[in-house]
Amino acid sequence: MAESHGGAKGQPAKAHTEADGGHHSGGFPPFESSTFASQLVSLAIFFVLLYVIVSKLALPKVGGAIEARQNKIEGDLTEAQKLKDQSDAALKAYENELAAARSRAQAIGNESRDKANAQAEAERKALEDQLAKKLAEAEKTIASTRTAAMSNVRGIAADTASAIVQRLTGIVPDAASLNAAVDASLKG
Amino acid sequence: MKIDPIHQFNIEPLFTIGHIGNQTIAFTNSSLYMLVAVAVISILMLASGSQLVPGRLQSVAEISYEFVASTIRSTAGAEGMKFFPLIFSLFMFICVSNLVGIIPYTFTVSSHLIVTVGLALLVFFTVLIYGVAKNGLKFFSIFVPHGVPGYILPLVMFIEILSFFLRPVSHSIRLFANMLAGHIALKVFAGFVAMLGFSLGAIGWVGGVLPLALTIALYALEILVAFLQAYVFAILTCIYLNDAIHPGH
Repeated sequence: MAESHGGAKGQPAKAHTEADGGHHSGGFPPFESSTFASQLVSLAIFFVLLYVIVSKLALPKVGGAIEARQNKIEGDLTEAQKLKDQSDAALKAYENELAAARSRAQAIGNESRDKANAQAEAERKALEDQLAKKLAEAEKTIASTRTAAMSNVRGIAADTASAIVQRLTGIVPDAASLNAAVDASLKG
Repeated sequence: MKIDPIHQFNIEPLFTIGHIGNQTIAFTNSSLYMLVAVAVISILMLASGSQLVPGRLQSVAEISYEFVASTIRSTAGAEGMKFFPLIFSLFMFICVSNLVGIIPYTFTVSSHLIVTVGLALLVFFTVLIYGVAKNGLKFFSIFVPHGVPGYILPLVMFIEILSFFLRPVSHSIRLFANMLAGHIALKVFAGFVAMLGFSLGAIGWVGGVLPLALTIALYALEILVAFLQAYVFAILTCIYLNDAIHPGH
C-alpha cells in the first residue's frame, strides 16, 4: 500500500527535488528543502489573511458582543437597584401613611367619643332637671291635695263628733268647744 | 504490509502558483490545510452570531476570545493587549490546524519545521523590532540581570544573549517535534493493529487489541497535545512580548 503511494504521489515531489539538485524523494518530508519556499509563501499568505480577518472582523465582533452583554448586565443591575430603591421608598411612604392614618383615626375616635359623652351628659342633665321639676310639681300637688283633704277631714271630724255627742248626750255641743276639741285631737 | 509512518508528512503540490528564482511555488496539501484552518476560524468567529445569550458556536468563539485575552493579561499585562490579534491568530491557527490534522487522512500543517520556524521567527522579529522601537537601547537591558556580581556578569550576559537568540529555535522545534512525534507514534501503533490482523489471522485479531487500545489512548493524548502546544506557543509568545513591553524585569 505504502509503496504504491510512494510511486504515484512521490512523482511531483521528485520533480521538485531534482530542480533543487541533490535530495531524493525518499527523504524525510519535513527536511525536504525544496518544499520550504512553497510552504513559507502559503504560510505568509494565509497567516496574513487570518490576521486581517481576526483583527478587522472577528475580534471586534466577538469583543463587541461580550462588551454589549457586560453593559446590558450592568445596566440591568443598576435598573434593578433603582427599582428596589423605589419600592423601598414606596414601602416607607406606605408605612408612614399607615401610621398617620392610624393616629388620625385614633384622634377622630377620641373626639367623637368625647363629643358623644358630652352630649349624653347634657341630655342626662336636661332629663334630670325635667324630672326634678316634675317631681317638685307633683310634690306641690300632693301637698295641696293633702291640705285640702286635711281640711275636709276636720269638717267631717267635727260633724261626726257633734253627731256622736248629740246621740250620746242629747245635747248639741256648741261649735267653739267642739272645734277646739277636734283641733286638739287632730294635733295629737 | 509495511508501516510507513513518514508518508503522512509528504508535501504534495496540487497546482503551481508561480516561480521565485528557480524555486517553484506551488499550492500544496499544506497550503490547503492552512486554508482550511483559516476557513474554520473565520466561520467560528464570524458566523456564530452576536446574541445576548450566546448559542453553542458563539460560546466557543467567546471562550476562545476570553481565554487568549486572559492569557495575555496575566503574562504580558494590559499593554500586551495591543498584540491580541497576533496572539489570537497564532493560537487559533496552530490549535485549529493541529486539531484538523489529527483527523485521519488529513495533513498537519505544524508537523513541518519550516512552518513552525516561520511562526517563531515572526514572533522573534516582532519582539525585537517592537522592543527596540519602544525602548531604544534600554531594550537590551534584558541581557543584564540585576544583582549579579561583576566578575560573572560577562558569562551571564553571554548566556542571556545566547538564550535570547535560541528562543525561535526552541519555540519552533517544540511545536514541530511534538506534532511530528505524536503523529508518527499514532501511525506506528495503528499500523501494528493492521499488521497483526493481516499477517497472523485469528491470533493477530486478538493480539491487535492491545495496540488498538494504545492507539485510542494516544489519540486522546494527541487531542490534548494539539491544544496544549498551541497554548504553549501562545503563552511563550506572550512571555517574549512581555520582555519587549517591560524590559526592566
